[in-house]
Amino acid sequence: MAGVQVSNVSRSFGAHKALDDVSIDFADGGFYALLGPSGSGKTTLLRQIAGFDFPDSGRIAIGGESVERVPVEKRRIGMVFQNYALFPNMSVADNVAFGLSVRGEAKAVIAAEVQAALDLVQLGKLGGRRPHQLSGGQRQRVALARAIVTKPRVLLLDEPLGALDKALRVDMQIELKRIQREIGITTIFVTHDQEEALTMSDRIGILRDGRLVQEGPPEEIYDRPKSEFAATFLGDANIFRGDSTGNGIRLADGTAIAAGAGATLAAGAKASCAVRPERIRIATDAGVSNATDTNVLKGQVSKRIFAGNNSTYFVDRAGQTLKVIVQNTGIERLSEGQDVVLRWSPESTVLIAAS
Amino acid sequence: MATTRVLEWLGRLYIWLLLAFLYLPIIIMALMSFNVSPFYQLPFEWTTEWYASLWQNDQLIAATWNSVEIAVITTIVCTVLGSAASLALYRYEFRGKKFLQALLFPPIAIPWLITGTAMLIFFFGVGIGRGLHAILLGHVALALPYVIVVVSARLQTFAPELEEAARSLGANQWQVTWRVTLPWIMPGVIAGGLFAFAVSFDQFVVSYFLATPGQTTLPVEIYAAIRKGFTPEINAVSTIIIVVSMALMLLTARFFKFGGEK
Repeated sequence: MAGVQVSNVSRSFGAHKALDDVSIDFADGGFYALLGPSGSGKTTLLRQIAGFDFPDSGRIAIGGESVERVPVEKRRIGMVFQNYALFPNMSVADNVAFGLSVRGEAKAVIAAEVQAALDLVQLGKLGGRRPHQLSGGQRQRVALARAIVTKPRVLLLDEPLGALDKALRVDMQIELKRIQREIGITTIFVTHDQEEALTMSDRIGILRDGRLVQEGPPEEIYDRPKSEFAATFLGDANIFRGDSTGNGIRLADGTAIAAGAGATLAAGAKASCAVRPERIRIATDAGVSNATDTNVLKGQVSKRIFAGNNSTYFVDRAGQTLKVIVQNTGIERLSEGQDVVLRWSPESTVLIAAS
Repeated sequence: MATTRVLEWLGRLYIWLLLAFLYLPIIIMALMSFNVSPFYQLPFEWTTEWYASLWQNDQLIAATWNSVEIAVITTIVCTVLGSAASLALYRYEFRGKKFLQALLFPPIAIPWLITGTAMLIFFFGVGIGRGLHAILLGHVALALPYVIVVVSARLQTFAPELEEAARSLGANQWQVTWRVTLPWIMPGVIAGGLFAFAVSFDQFVVSYFLATPGQTTLPVEIYAAIRKGFTPEINAVSTIIIVVSMALMLLTARFFKFGGEK
């Protein structure tokens, strides 16, 4: 087991900069999600760490040892591929045994290790099956067992749950996390699914156009996004744009929005404020007010989406549509076309420098 | 309704006629190899006399063994070289790759008569000359493109992540090839090998050009025998070859079907 340090790694394919000076420290034993839209460079970064491809410049270290020019077969990593990549000509047990077998381990050792790995992923009885006889979730588990049986220094997962349906994906998220905790392996997980990144990882790195946009624990990125992109890509956010007042912004129509968090900006600079839809309270009258909710805007409900436990209101306000999510704790509902007042606290408002 | 039935009936007739034209001559020849009369006279009288005399025909047997030997060596050489070439074309990008791949097809399309003449002139010119070695060289050259085309087609269905997965597990290039890639393309390799065998074993034109009078292959020997005067032994040896060829072709068909499976 070992940590992974990526320092100033760049990689271009022709004129396209797939990775542009990316540095991330993956802590030993941590569960790290690389999140980004397609083409953001997250898979390219994973392939540099794996050793399928070498960076043009920069350094990659596994357990303190420089590996940026070491080919994949010598890096002692474990990898789970998007489509599992199980060997179709081999049984489940032989698939899992492959990594030990090419290292020339003794047959008895291999058999014991394979059984232990299959037990760990709860497929102990299916060693004799062929991959095509397994369900998607079972193939996923075999791929995982195959990747960890060689006791790699780091486990790399390339959108491993992408091919599974929703219910199975949630099961596998829990399962994957359990196994990762059990063996304590440094895990780097590529995904474009923000929910997956939020629920599973200790830290998240958000990539965009080959650059690392923001990096940190899920709560920190969610509560304190440093860019509009981070705010809207990880979770939903209402973005207000205006001029900085030092502790908030002033919108074009003169309305002030106070921000209790985020960047420190000089007054007058172009800036944005981000507010999560669930942090905004929505009401029909201007009378009742909570002392801390000093940000107040008036608007009109243009659309309501009922989703059982919560409702999403789209509120039109000065040409902007704001999104508000309300837990349905009672039976009262606001109807479309109704005039409403929105309130939220400065603590829920993040000041962001204009990009 | 009536039209459909007439069409259906015509369809069936067409199938039966097709099968009859393909197989009736072969069946008759096979039957005649067991008939007493050397002049195809009826009624049919059972005998294995022609097979017995075939056994005494040293020239025909020698030619048969030459054919088998050349076909087997051609098959082995072509499967090994052809599979290796297919893998190289699959894995690596290099200058002139497209051109090289395009060059594979003309030898399949050029009439054997022309290839044969060209080989004869070329082999004579560079001192290779004629004989079994020249025939073998010619057959390998003829059969190699078939193997490469068939194995390459199979490789198109190979998922490249499988090689990456094997490498991530610590396998070197040899282990990846032997344990992951080759098992996947094996049906293609076997089908290609059967093609190579068939191309060599059935080869008449090129062999005819490159053979020397004493040393020849079966098709050339049969042709020479027919020109001298037909004997029912030809029926006998042809029947044996047909049985062997059909068995081989059935195997090919089986492997091709296997190749289509996931």
